[in-house]
Amino acid sequence: MYKIGMIGDRESTLCFLPLGFSVLEAETAEQAAKSLWQLAKSEEYAVIFITEDLALQIPEEIDRYKDMPLPAVTVIPGRKGGRGYGLAQLRKAVERAVGTDILK
Amino acid sequence: MAEIRVNPTRMELKKLQARYQTARRGHKLLKDKRDELMRRFLEVVKRDKELRLRVEAALQKAYARFDLASAVTHPKMLEESLLLPKKQSELRVDYRNQMSVTVPDFSIRESTVGGSDAYNYGLAFTSGELDSALFELGNIRRDLLTLSAVEKEAQLLAEEIERTRRRVNALEHIMMPRYLTAIRAIKMKLDENERGNITRLMKVKDMMIAAQYKDHQEEDPADAV
Repeated sequence: MYKIGMIGDRESTLCFLPLGFSVLEAETAEQAAKSLWQLAKSEEYAVIFITEDLALQIPEEIDRYKDMPLPAVTVIPGRKGGRGYGLAQLRKAVERAVGTDILK
Repeated sequence: MAEIRVNPTRMELKKLQARYQTARRGHKLLKDKRDELMRRFLEVVKRDKELRLRVEAALQKAYARFDLASAVTHPKMLEESLLLPKKQSELRVDYRNQMSVTVPDFSIRESTVGGSDAYNYGLAFTSGELDSALFELGNIRRDLLTLSAVEKEAQLLAEEIERTRRRVNALEHIMMPRYLTAIRAIKMKLDENERGNITRLMKVKDMMIAAQYKDHQEEDPADAV
């Protein structure tokens, strides 16, 4: 059995606590990178959600888990709203596969 | 272009021809694989996009509800009421083979402590907004996990497509032309040898006829008219 992780600022993550997610608070890029690394290293987490504001600051860390079956690192918008980073990532995957961006 | 240097013998020719045939078969198979991967990938991408837009919208709504709840509740109280979740989410991961790419599927099972209701706080000191915010979030949890799985699938498929495409291109533009030039070179060399041989034989035959003719004349000059 695996667990679900959630990394984000206090405001965004608070409401995920009652859902049974393991919440790690992070305010800075370093904290987020460290938390992500910890969750991934423990191999207990199959899904790790991370808020967009933090994900934007540590794209390399997120890309590292891209080609592995687990964990699935998924970017979701935080409390402050989304800036379309999730769709941008999808666009990047399409570009990688097709060679050009066909998602317009 | 780097050429394959081999001895121009029939043996090498046969070997190269066999390798060329293998390369061609592999190329065809890989091309089919790439096309099928691409088809599935585009389906996944379409689903991913729809799901993401839906989840992001729902999440915004839930956040808004939550904002309302935090506006009417003292932050400390809010935190306190959420801090100890009664629910424990357990995630089951099943693997599925999608065109020889292993992709995970997530399914969630939750166990509540004592089998009681979903809310882990007393209703006396919290607002109704909090209830509705949590209800909203609970509704999209499944979608969130599906989104996660679909996104992962898209990424893994993208990687596989990229790799397959490289292999197809390497076979098509590097390996196969190389084999073809090598085969051609050997054939030309063998043909040239063959022609040289025939000319030599003809020449020898001419010489032998000439010699015989000369012998014959010396033996019986009267016959030579």
